[in-house]
Amino acid sequence: MTAVVSPPPSTVDTVARGRVRRASRRRLVITVLALAVVVAFAVTLMVGRTFYPPGDVLRVVLGSDVPGASFTVGRLRLPRAVLAVVAGLSFGLAGVTFQTMLRNPLASPDVIGITSGASAAAAFAIVILGWSGTAVSVTAIVAALGVALLIYTLAFKDGVAGTRLILIGIGVAAMCKSITSYVLSKAGAWDFAEALRWLTGSLNGSTWEATVPTLVALLVFGPVLLGQTRNLSALQLGDDTASALGVRVERTRVIAIVAAVGLIAFATAACGPIAFVSFLAGPIAARLVGPNGSLLVPAALVGALLVLVADLCGQYAFGTRYPVGVITGVLGAPYLIYLIIRSNRTGGSL
Amino acid sequence: MTATHSLAAEDLTLAYGDRTVIEGLDLLVPPGRITAVVGANACGKSTLLRSMSRLLSPRSGRVLLDGKAVHRLPAKELARTLGLLPQSPIAPEGITVADLVGRGRHPHQRVFSRWSKEDDAAVAAALDATETTPLADRAVDELSGGQRQRVWIAMALAQQTDVLLLDEPTTFLDVAHQIEVLDLLTDLNRTRGTTIVMVLHDLNLAARYADHLVALSGGRIHAAGEPADVLTEECVRAVFGLDSQVIVDPTSGKPLMLPMGRHHTAPRADVLQGTSGS
Repeated sequence: MTAVVSPPPSTVDTVARGRVRRASRRRLVITVLALAVVVAFAVTLMVGRTFYPPGDVLRVVLGSDVPGASFTVGRLRLPRAVLAVVAGLSFGLAGVTFQTMLRNPLASPDVIGITSGASAAAAFAIVILGWSGTAVSVTAIVAALGVALLIYTLAFKDGVAGTRLILIGIGVAAMCKSITSYVLSKAGAWDFAEALRWLTGSLNGSTWEATVPTLVALLVFGPVLLGQTRNLSALQLGDDTASALGVRVERTRVIAIVAAVGLIAFATAACGPIAFVSFLAGPIAARLVGPNGSLLVPAALVGALLVLVADLCGQYAFGTRYPVGVITGVLGAPYLIYLIIRSNRTGGSL
Repeated sequence: MTATHSLAAEDLTLAYGDRTVIEGLDLLVPPGRITAVVGANACGKSTLLRSMSRLLSPRSGRVLLDGKAVHRLPAKELARTLGLLPQSPIAPEGITVADLVGRGRHPHQRVFSRWSKEDDAAVAAALDATETTPLADRAVDELSGGQRQRVWIAMALAQQTDVLLLDEPTTFLDVAHQIEVLDLLTDLNRTRGTTIVMVLHDLNLAARYADHLVALSGGRIHAAGEPADVLTEECVRAVFGLDSQVIVDPTSGKPLMLPMGRHHTAPRADVLQGTSGS
């Protein structure tokens, strides 16, 4: 049976117009966010102990040799800015995936311990085992998947209930953070700044060696998640409804978890668990876009913007230079408290 | 008017863990008709419906749609023929009616395909059929319970399936809204020939609106057939453990069950005089 009763043209018009209106708002937000990311990226390259005008920066980026700028911009600022964007996109995308899938803003990977797991493993691999490069990324991804599996198993009882998963995740996060602290305390030779990377996340000392794997991970896992956009939207209606709409619920969940955990693990292995970016990106994107349409792309862009801007603030807004995670932490913590208060009151969702 | 599909359960056994809920059940859903499933709490009504829409895999036996096991069909192919409205679907915060109804188009869309003219037409038809067009741009969380239920039905309609399963579509609705929803489902059945299977709590509404009534008890079918044949005093006693009187509903001509509790069941003369004691 297809359209046995044809609707009046006026209703079809209303439907089409409403859809176009919602889509155009989403497009506008995405465009503005993308421009803001480009601007923040450019500012990150220009600003520092020495200021380089846009022309110099552009020439360095395009590969010309500019005395002074080539080293400062090309070797120091560019990898840092690229890592900020890639890590921000990864954290944002992974965060909103979890929040959408579990229908709860508290269920972001940095609240439920997946990021902390990756961070603890990376710190352990680097500090205790003396590893570097791909080995660290692999350790982080294995640990993050392990933590995800652990939380999922512990929370599983006739299906996964959101609240139980979040509470268990918060416990697991605390455990992982204590492992990180223990590992760092064992490593006397490491300076405080390096310790902070694994505790709150930092872009200090970013190198291409650390950045390239995260970029590759984003190019692999990003499209996988975007391919699940419609399935994730259907999951928002509840597992039963999604399944009735022809979504293979378990398969979607496994794909989404593996891809999101992959993004988190690679980004964390490079710059630590930049506090609360995963957690904040989705809700901010939701405020901007409104409730209609997928949040994956807007949240990824918000993530990138958050990391870039927070890193700029951390470096230049105060007398001392703070790692990026300290700034995002200051932003995220009050929002976490707000959400917990609100969900206590209403049992709310994203 | 429409291709009729056959839906049947064959020697179906359903269980959660060790607990068997449905055992060796055979059921034939009459195509193009309205079937209502009734029974006591925890008798397996919802479980049966969940399995028929393959949310639950059978322990043994099969659910057959046009002779093919539903648990073997590709998910989207099944979702284009058979729709389900679960008991408590979740509306994402702030979502508008039109957007929610549009989600019903999922089985007709591919991963990166664009929204099509047919999608718009299907959503519009669903809004029209449920008289929710004026609500199209409203947020679902602002609506009343009755409006919200109509919107969910609209979403299931946008899916354009020939078979529609509904798990207690009238729960939490006041009596006027219950009638409204059941009338709407009857309209759908009559104008489009949609086969409807619904779990209902209210025996009398089930008897009034169903062409085919299935009474479940202890995971088995106690009786199935025309409401007049199924809804009897004996059946109510066997299925619900309740004494009752079944009369002919003066409004519909269908059977009407009057429960007999321990109180307020005095002889009729007393009732008429308004002096019934406890």
